[in-house]
Amino acid sequence: MNKQVEIKKASPKDFETDQEVRWCPGCGDYAILKGVQMALANTGSTPENTVFVSGIGCSSRFPYYVSTYGFHTIHGRAPGFATGIKLANPELEVWLVTGDGDGLSIGGNHMLHVLRRNLNIQIMLFNNEIYGLTKGQYSPTSKPGLKTPSTPMGSVDAPLSPCVFALGAGARFVARGIDTSLKELPGTLARAKEHVGASFVEIFQNCIVYNDNVFGEFTAKKTAKDTQLHVKHGEKMIFGKEVQKGLRFNSEKFGLEVVTIGEEGITEDDILVHDETNRHMAFMLCELETPDFPVICGVIYCNPAESYESSVHYQVEQAKQNKKADFNALLHSGRTWVVD
Amino acid sequence: MSGQHSSQINDPAIQELDSVVVRFAGDSGDGMQLTGTQFSVVTALEGSDLSTFPDFPAEIRAPVGTTFGVSAFQINFGSVEVSTAGDEPDVLVIMNPAALKVNLANLRTGGMIILDEGAFNAKNLKKAGYETNPLDDNSLSHYDVKRMDITKMTVETVKEFGLGNKDSLRCKNMWTLGLLLWMFGRKRQPIVDSLEQKFSNKPDIAQANIAALNAGHAFGETAEMSSNLRRYHVEKYKEAPGTYRTVNGNQSLSWGILAGSQLADLQLVLGSYPITPASPLLHILSGLKEFGVITFQAEDEIAAICGAIGSSFAGCLGMTTSSGPGIALKTEAIGLAITTELPLIIVDIQRAGPSTGLPTKTEQSDLYQAVWGRNGDAPIVVLSVSNSTDGFDVGIEAVRIATKYMTPVMILSDGYIANASEPWKIPDINDYEPFPAKFHKETEGFHPSLRDPETLARVWAKPGTEGLMHRIGGIEKDHDSGHISYDAANHQKMTNVRKAKIDNIANDMPLQEVSQGESGGKLAVVGWGSTYGAIHQAVKRKRKEGMDVSHIHLRHIWPLPRNLGELLNSYDKVIVAEMNVGQLNTLLRSQYLLDTDLLSKVSGQPFKISEITDAIVKNLGDAK
Ligand code: SF4
Repeated sequence: MNKQVEIKKASPKDFETDQEVRWCPGCGDYAILKGVQMALANTGSTPENTVFVSGIGCSSRFPYYVSTYGFHTIHGRAPGFATGIKLANPELEVWLVTGDGDGLSIGGNHMLHVLRRNLNIQIMLFNNEIYGLTKGQYSPTSKPGLKTPSTPMGSVDAPLSPCVFALGAGARFVARGIDTSLKELPGTLARAKEHVGASFVEIFQNCIVYNDNVFGEFTAKKTAKDTQLHVKHGEKMIFGKEVQKGLRFNSEKFGLEVVTIGEEGITEDDILVHDETNRHMAFMLCELETPDFPVICGVIYCNPAESYESSVHYQVEQAKQNKKADFNALLHSGRTWVVD
Repeated sequence: MSGQHSSQINDPAIQELDSVVVRFAGDSGDGMQLTGTQFSVVTALEGSDLSTFPDFPAEIRAPVGTTFGVSAFQINFGSVEVSTAGDEPDVLVIMNPAALKVNLANLRTGGMIILDEGAFNAKNLKKAGYETNPLDDNSLSHYDVKRMDITKMTVETVKEFGLGNKDSLRCKNMWTLGLLLWMFGRKRQPIVDSLEQKFSNKPDIAQANIAALNAGHAFGETAEMSSNLRRYHVEKYKEAPGTYRTVNGNQSLSWGILAGSQLADLQLVLGSYPITPASPLLHILSGLKEFGVITFQAEDEIAAICGAIGSSFAGCLGMTTSSGPGIALKTEAIGLAITTELPLIIVDIQRAGPSTGLPTKTEQSDLYQAVWGRNGDAPIVVLSVSNSTDGFDVGIEAVRIATKYMTPVMILSDGYIANASEPWKIPDINDYEPFPAKFHKETEGFHPSLRDPETLARVWAKPGTEGLMHRIGGIEKDHDSGHISYDAANHQKMTNVRKAKIDNIANDMPLQEVSQGESGGKLAVVGWGSTYGAIHQAVKRKRKEGMDVSHIHLRHIWPLPRNLGELLNSYDKVIVAEMNVGQLNTLLRSQYLLDTDLLSKVSGQPFKISEITDAIVKNLGDAK
């Protein structure tokens, strides 16, 4: 007879460590940490089979605060380490924590390749549009004109959009969340975990010290309903507090536009339905910016394919089946001769 | 011809030689590497000792006929012990004017040149930069020149196979090889077999090449009658009984590290990025998946080593391969592996630097980088490979140390050993004692900085193990808990532990032996890495003449063998011979306050034996 085993469901608390958290008071990272611990508990992660890998930066302190295995590595290179970990043991659940500087500046190259290869991990990119740990220099996502210690007259760099970059690199799962939106973030992270392959989640994170309120325009609770659109696969992309607005495809402009339902004969039928498997739509959604558009959150693109490490291991298994691993035979391969 | 003579054998038409150096030189497109390799194979099969030196250009497809497109392959073979590819060729095989221009300076006066006069046309002469044809202007009068129109004879031979002009000309190398096989009395069959195998899908090409091979051979027989050419005989070398094969340095090292991982009972994960001359390790290991080897061709050198370290963290044996410039890029990650105390094998196939330097030329100038080239006090173990076969044992030793002491180990090989082949008595993996890696399981009192009191090795607790969850990283760790620590006294303590752990490995290494000669005496020549063969031969020759000189060759570069200081002090004089401007020399002087002399060479070419014998004579004078 099968024995009934009592499975103790983990709670977010089980993913806390005894380490003193060293982020600045009020930093958005605290909320994200909570959201992640909730997601881990909700999705049945086990501390012993989970690894958090990070690079360098404020966000990269993250592994110390999660009671799983953790590897705080070197600046920008977390994807390389994560690749090694997954190749060594594909069974491990691996989360990669990075920031806009770590993941898109010094580590931009690695981010490109880990997405392209489709390593089965979850990548959380905390975007605060600034370098926090090194005391406030502009980052590759900072808005032009931003005055920082290294840009006293304002930054002249053109910024990049993390999600557009990820899609361009071939990411097959792209999502967005907001640090303090704990209603949505754990669910989005759960989707990221469920996805087989590289899941890229950009999290808007407020750096209260060096770039406070940089996302205020769309994160302010009061106006959020008009400035954020949380997309769901198969549902109409409708938002707005007072009036019902939605996204419509304008074929003449070849782009999206915001329309108001009930005005100019617009009905719900005119509003686009979110299709998370449509890469073209994903590009368009990721590019939308305030104030003309809402910022898109939730799972924007999800279109799974074989993961890198499983293809690698498949080849190893094939090779093992086709050829006996005989070390002495290997040394004797090719031309040999005998001296008596 | 010259070469190392021995007595005549019965057939007066055949001259007996102890050893001979042949150098094949032609355009990159002439197939000189293939010719040389094939010649080596039959030479090895017939029981000669041998050493080869492929010398190819940096360009993949240099313009045809130019001097920078010249590719050469040198082989030294004999009935006596051969340990270098030879100082200078006895026979120079020349396929075009550019090859003559580049290689003539190495040929000794009176040396033999076999050349394809068909290639000495106005166009090729101009490309090689000759104003007048060296065949006509007497400039080769000091050499024994055998000129023949190989181009024309090859084209005529293969006509019946209906190949295009290009494919016909490609058979020139086999014609030439046929002639050389005749000269040295070597069998053709192994070459025929391999041509048939290689061109099994193109029987026309296979047959044309075989016809060319036979035609070259037949030409020798005919020419002999007109006494233009003669045959030579090289007796078998008396090797220890056993089964042999040829192996180059990259092969023996790949197999050695794989053997080490098997003995440690660990899955091998290689993270690598293509770079000359280290790429063959990536190719070889990628072809050994049946042993569970995982290879990751990363986006760059940094990701490659990070992947290797990540896999070690997760319980495999991580390994990365590169050359000097790539190792430079990996430096920060090596520091992380040091501070997180994870096993890691780093292979540096050195080439001439700095920067891109001379990618296809050899040098030993990464010793400083290996021993000292990191930020912080960051000691690692450094081993070196001294010849084409040595990589096997060095690879195993590296894995043993890396896993027992939880440390990165860097292996220094170089471009010369990487490509040079030597006969190898094939070892039996079952003769090696296994050293299975130990993973920590005990949850009681666990923290990630627990260490073995004897080896000082940190525990290896792999993700997936219940109850051992922990975090590691590049920030200094508390000695007693493994948590992040910014404490000054703790940093002192941790720095001391990291140093003591590596220093202590000297107690687990063999004592330094004298590779030839005695402990103590007038003079010792100290070397490391690929200079082994040249120093060995030079010391052998001078000892035969009665000189008091010994040879000491280091495998362990860091830590140094614990008796080395005492040993070096037992000689009146010590010369350090190395292919850099004095890196080991500086290391030895700083460690032992020894007044050593330096013999340095950085011309992209290995030492000649004569360069070392000259240095010995200079130091010992006439003293015997
Ligand atoms: S500097 Fe900014 S990002 Fe870093 S911990 Fe402080 S508030 Fe957070």
